[in-house]
Formats: sequence, C-alpha cells, structure tokens
Amino acid sequence: MGVTGQETKTGESGFLLTTLEQAVNWARTRAMWPMLFGLACCAIEMMATQASVHDISRFGMELMRASPRQSDLMIVAGRVSRKMAPVLRRLYDQMPSPKWVLSMGDCASTGGVFNNYAILQGVDEIVPVDVYVAGCPPRPEQLMHGILTLHEKVQRERVSDWATWGALGKQQPNNNA
Amino acid sequence: MSGYYPPEFADILRENFPDAVQEVIEFRDQITVVIDRDWLIEIATFLRDTEGMKFNYLSELNGVDYWPQAPRFGINYIFYSFVHNHLIQLKIFVDETDPVVPSLTSVFPGANWPEREVYDMFGVRFEGHPDMRRILMPYDWTGHPLRKDFPLGYEEVQYTFNIDRIEANKPTPSADPPQTGTE
Amino acid sequence: MDVTRVNLTEATDIESDRQTVEIALDALRGLVTPRAFTGDTMLLNMGPQHPSTHGVLRLMLELDGEEVLSCLPDVGYLHTGIEKNMEAKTYEKALVMTDRIDYLNNLGNNLAYSLAVEKLAGLDVPPRAQYLRVILAELQRIASHLVWLGTHILDLGATSLLLYCFREREMILDIFEEVSGQRMMTSYIRPGGVWYDVTENFVPMVRRFLWYMPRKIDDYERILDENPIFIERTKGIAVVPPEKAIEWSLSGPMLRGSGINYDIRKAMPYSSYDHFEFDVPTGQNGDVYDRYKVRIEEMRQSLRIIEQAINNLPGGPYRSENRKYVPPPRSEIGHSMESLIHHFKLWTEGYRLPKGEVYVRTESPRGELGVYLVSDGGTKPWRVRFRTPTFWNLQSISWMAQGHLVADLVAIIGTLDVVLGDCDR
Repeated sequence: MGVTGQETKTGESGFLLTTLEQAVNWARTRAMWPMLFGLACCAIEMMATQASVHDISRFGMELMRASPRQSDLMIVAGRVSRKMAPVLRRLYDQMPSPKWVLSMGDCASTGGVFNNYAILQGVDEIVPVDVYVAGCPPRPEQLMHGILTLHEKVQRERVSDWATWGALGKQQPNNNA
Repeated sequence: MSGYYPPEFADILRENFPDAVQEVIEFRDQITVVIDRDWLIEIATFLRDTEGMKFNYLSELNGVDYWPQAPRFGINYIFYSFVHNHLIQLKIFVDETDPVVPSLTSVFPGANWPEREVYDMFGVRFEGHPDMRRILMPYDWTGHPLRKDFPLGYEEVQYTFNIDRIEANKPTPSADPPQTGTE
Repeated sequence: MDVTRVNLTEATDIESDRQTVEIALDALRGLVTPRAFTGDTMLLNMGPQHPSTHGVLRLMLELDGEEVLSCLPDVGYLHTGIEKNMEAKTYEKALVMTDRIDYLNNLGNNLAYSLAVEKLAGLDVPPRAQYLRVILAELQRIASHLVWLGTHILDLGATSLLLYCFREREMILDIFEEVSGQRMMTSYIRPGGVWYDVTENFVPMVRRFLWYMPRKIDDYERILDENPIFIERTKGIAVVPPEKAIEWSLSGPMLRGSGINYDIRKAMPYSSYDHFEFDVPTGQNGDVYDRYKVRIEEMRQSLRIIEQAINNLPGGPYRSENRKYVPPPRSEIGHSMESLIHHFKLWTEGYRLPKGEVYVRTESPRGELGVYLVSDGGTKPWRVRFRTPTFWNLQSISWMAQGHLVADLVAIIGTLDVVLGDCDR
C-alpha cells in the first residue's frame, strides 16, 4: 500500500518523493510549536524546560502558542480530571493537521498516583498519543528526550500518510512508523 | 497549638445559650463545642462581637461523614481572633434525612465557597446561601463524592495475571494485544 | 471485583440533585447585573485554557466594553479527589499524595500533614529534624515566590524576568535533589521527622545559595520597583481594605498587603519557628504593588531564617525513635527482634492513631494551610481535610475584579497567587 508502484515494490517512494518526505519532515520538526496545556505539577517542569537552564528553544520550540489554531504539538502536562476532559478533546479538535500529542508525566499517561473517580486514567482515553514521557514529574531532561523521540518519529513519516485521498479525510493517525 | 483554645469559653457559651450547647469535647488541647444547628448564626455573632472573645475570622469550615454512626454528618467551624490570638471550634451534627444547615455567609462572607464545597461533597444544603451550586465536580454530576458509601471509583490495575479478564470486559480492547506467555 | 468502571449514577438518589439544579438556575440571576439579560453587556468566557496560565481556572466575565462588571470563577477543572483517595491508604502512604496538592509548596504540604499526624499521635520530633524542616520549608517558600514572580511579571509583559527566576529556582531544586533525590515531589518531611539525614554536601550548597541569592533579589527590585509600566499596571489595582480581608477570610500576603501584621509562624509557632528572629513585612494600601513588595521582602526574611537555622543546626537523630510509628533503620533489624516485629507491622498494616480530630495551621506561601485530621482508631485516616489558602482566597476575585479592565484581571489573578492544585485538590 503505497502511493506509487515504486513504493509497493521497494518500500521507498523513489528519489523525488523521498526527498520531498525528508524536506517536509525536517521542516516540521525544526519549528514545532507546542500549545500551552499545562494543567498541574508537570506544567511547572514544562516551564522549567522552557526557561533558562534547560532550554528547548534550541530545538525550535521558541514560543508556546496559547491558541490551538497556531500550534502543532499538544503537551498534556498534568492530571486530566473528568471536568476537563471535554475541554481537552475540543482543543485537540481545534488544532489543524499536522498535529501531535505528547503525554507528559504519569498522570497524563496512565492516571499516575490517582486511581479514583475524578481523574482520567490516561489521556489516551480521549486523544491519540504519539509519545509518552514517564516521571512524576519528569525531569526537564526527560521531557527533552521525549520531544527528541517525537522528532525522530516525525522524521520517519511517509508521504503516504498525508498525501493520499484517504489520509486527507481522516485525522492525524497513530503513525505506525 | 497548645494554650490557644481557652477552656473558659465553653462555659461562657453554656451560660448564655443553655439550650444550644449539646456537648463540649476536649482533645489534645483543642476545645470543640457541639451546638444545635438553629443557634449557629446567633452564637457566631455572639462570638464575633463579645469583648474578650472577638472571634472575627473564620479559619476553617468543613464536613465529615461519620457513617454508619447517626447523626451522620458533622460540620465543623473553626473561628480565630486576631485581637486575642485564640481559636474555638464549633460542631453541628446533621442527619441525612434532613441535611439542612443555616448558612454563615451573612456573618462571615468568606464562608461562601466552603459551604458550596460541603454541599458538593456531602449533600448538606445551606439555607440562605446566595449561590448553592456544585463547585468542584461537573455541574451535571450525580452523587456526593466524599460520602462513605460513594465508591472510590478506581480502575483495576492490569498485571499479567488478570490482563485477559480485563481486556475481555473492555468495550474497545487496546491496539497492541498484550504479550502473555512465551512469544 | 471484575469490572473496570463503577456505575456512578446509582450511587445516590438523583431526586434531590434535580431539585437543587432548578433552584440554582434561578439563583444565578443574582450573580450578574440585570443588564446582562438585555444584551447590554457582553458575557465572555475566559476559558480553562488561556495564556495567563496559572493552571486551569475558568472565569465567566460580564463586560461593559472593557470594564468588568461581574466575575464568576468556575473551579474544579483540576479536582483530583485527593481527600477521598487518602482515606483508602495508610497514613504513611497517604503522605505521598500530599506533595501534589499545592505543587509549588510540596514540602509545606508534607509538613502540615506530618504536624497533624504527630499532634494526633503525640509523637515527638527531635530538634535536628525541626531545624531541617524549617530550612526546607523556607527554601520551598522562596522557590514558590520565584515562580509567582516569574509568571506574574510574564503576564504583565516583562518576559525576561521569568528566565531569571527559573535560573535561581534551579539552584533550590538542586538542593532538594541532593537531599531527597527528587526535584519537586520529595515526600521528604514525614511524621516523626524527616526521611533521612542530609548529605555532607547539603550545608555547603545552602551556604552558597545564601551567598548568591540576596544580590538576585536586589536585581529583581531594581528592574521592577520604579518601572513606570509596572507601577501603572499595579498601583491602585484590586485594593483590599483590611476589614474586608478579614471578613472574606483572606490569608497570607493578601492580608499582609493590607496592613494586617499577622503571620502564623509568629502567632502560633510550629516546628521551632520561635527560635528564629524574622520580621513580618506588611503593606499599606492593599493593592497589587504592595503585595508584590510584601512577597519580595518575605523572600529576604526567609533567607534570614535559613541563615540562622543553618548556623545553629543541632546534631542528633533525624527522626523520632518511637518505633510504633517510625520504621527502624536497616542495621538494627539484623540483631533486634523487636525491630523486626516493628518493621513487619509498620509495613504490612501501618500504624494506628488514637481516635479523635485535630486541626493544625501552618503558613504556606499563599496563606494559611491547615490540615483537619479525623481518625477512628484504624490504620487509615477517616478524613483528611486540607484547608487550602487558594480556595479561600479565590472567592474574593468576584468583588476584587469589579470595576477593573480585562487587562487588570491578569494582574489580579497573579497577585492572588492562584495555584489550581491548591484550590481544587
């Protein structure tokens, strides 16, 4: 299942399309803007990652955009309560493609320390997640490692994921890269 | 906090409000006066205005569920005095068949949100409160979470020995099937 | 149990809830001015996710042009059910959850809970542990005020100060990591004392911080004190008269900014705070500028307390020796049968506290943090209630914001020092 016959045979899309792939993926990773979605304690570590000592603007994340319409990456930092879950889903829907979700911390990945009526047991119950970062809260270095893993994942994306008629209609996939 | 709860105040309250005071509890240097709920506003005003007491600050307002003991709910009020640096605690017992308590917002406006929280978490309604709504849970939530018969609502943690049973119960099993056994 | 989710609608009777919803909709009419119903004023939702983050706070505003007529906060977007969750764990395990209530004041929350457990149990705390608790609580206070300053000033427009504040905060987090292995959620202060003794690097690191920090606080003051934009945006905003502050149960710098000289560390000292000399800064007018000055000065006074504590740090045990509550060290278990039995009982079922209720008040960077602990004589707490300062301070925003512009609203949220974990628990 590829775009061209070349891809079905060899697994790669040929010279022109792979160069296009590489160029597009390179551009996407070098200026990925995260959306401000700090909820709880992990937000403080996310702010610390953004601030002076550990600095993710060297990876292209210079600004954090508050508006979902202008951001690429949603870092869900903190515990998601049941009251907040519909808000999170609505914000995810408002983000334009291409978009990625990074679940930061134990509470966003699995519910963390809290296993009760009020906390969603993992944000992947409502949005598809690309990278999970463990920790409570994860150190800034751990978050940076998670972001770089996401960059690597984006680098492995294929043209067929976004340039087919089928892909245009569906939402950002859980990339099987 | 020893010495900050003067014990003579319990006697003063007993003299001035003989029908209201049900019991006085002394534990770890803390004085708690259990009163009848209809006398709350009068006693609070008395505590605020009397010389020598001057309890002008509401430090804490909370609820406790003593199920299966009856009466079930206990509402605690802790007052503090800036003038004299002492504390006193009032307690009201409320039954679940008639969970209504007069609101303290007319005397201490700072009781607004704490009373809403007691309503949200326990179901005890406060009469005369300007805005009796849920505050912490979603507005269409049913049930009062901190009651003892409200379940904790936890999800069973998945280990290898129970993963198959849990997966069978889920509406949409997870994308990667779990690796059980030797594969 | 064989189900993963519990059916919550059957948990209690629905009839009373339906009745209350009908009453409340009518009562809501009293919360906004009558002009809102004619369309004269605009209703704006400053949603749970917005740039002046401070967590997930939702404000429903009624605006007349740019001026705020009524402000209704809607909290609960971070409600975690910590109090109910703690009722299902033993006392020692429940301590882990206290870090996450006010996530900028982790050690302060641990301290308040530990004080409550110690008061109920009648447990002693050795002097070395008390001094260590004071040092760490004051370091935590400085760290919390640095985050407050950074985010407050970021909202007002000066972005570079955020970077300076976080640079200093990294030094404090390094000290916490040295002591406990974790930057934020340390769970270091436990009932009976502290978890483990401090390493030999601790005292030099704290001394270096004490040498380094005062110049930085002077830097912040130099940037902001006479800055015309800052003065324009903060003087005269959200003035809190002292009588209203007392009526509405405000605490912490909200009280002290209005001129009321009150600090729980002075009025009802806990954990040997009465051994140290420090001043309590107060403001005059009760506006945003005065509260900023109060918090800056509090940082200096915290440095003073830490210096006195580190100079007089006593030796001795770091945790109580009462083996009914405190587990014995590993070395003792090898040769003492009682230690083994204590270890076994503490780890399998936990310790039991006598039946009763206590209330303990401490001073967190935001105000009065109190813990109301109810025990029924078992191994798990019957009710742990945190009287959190943000919850009680935030209700005042409805009258503090009236008459101000939307741009001032960010300054007001900043000056209240809201931390939504503290508010919603």
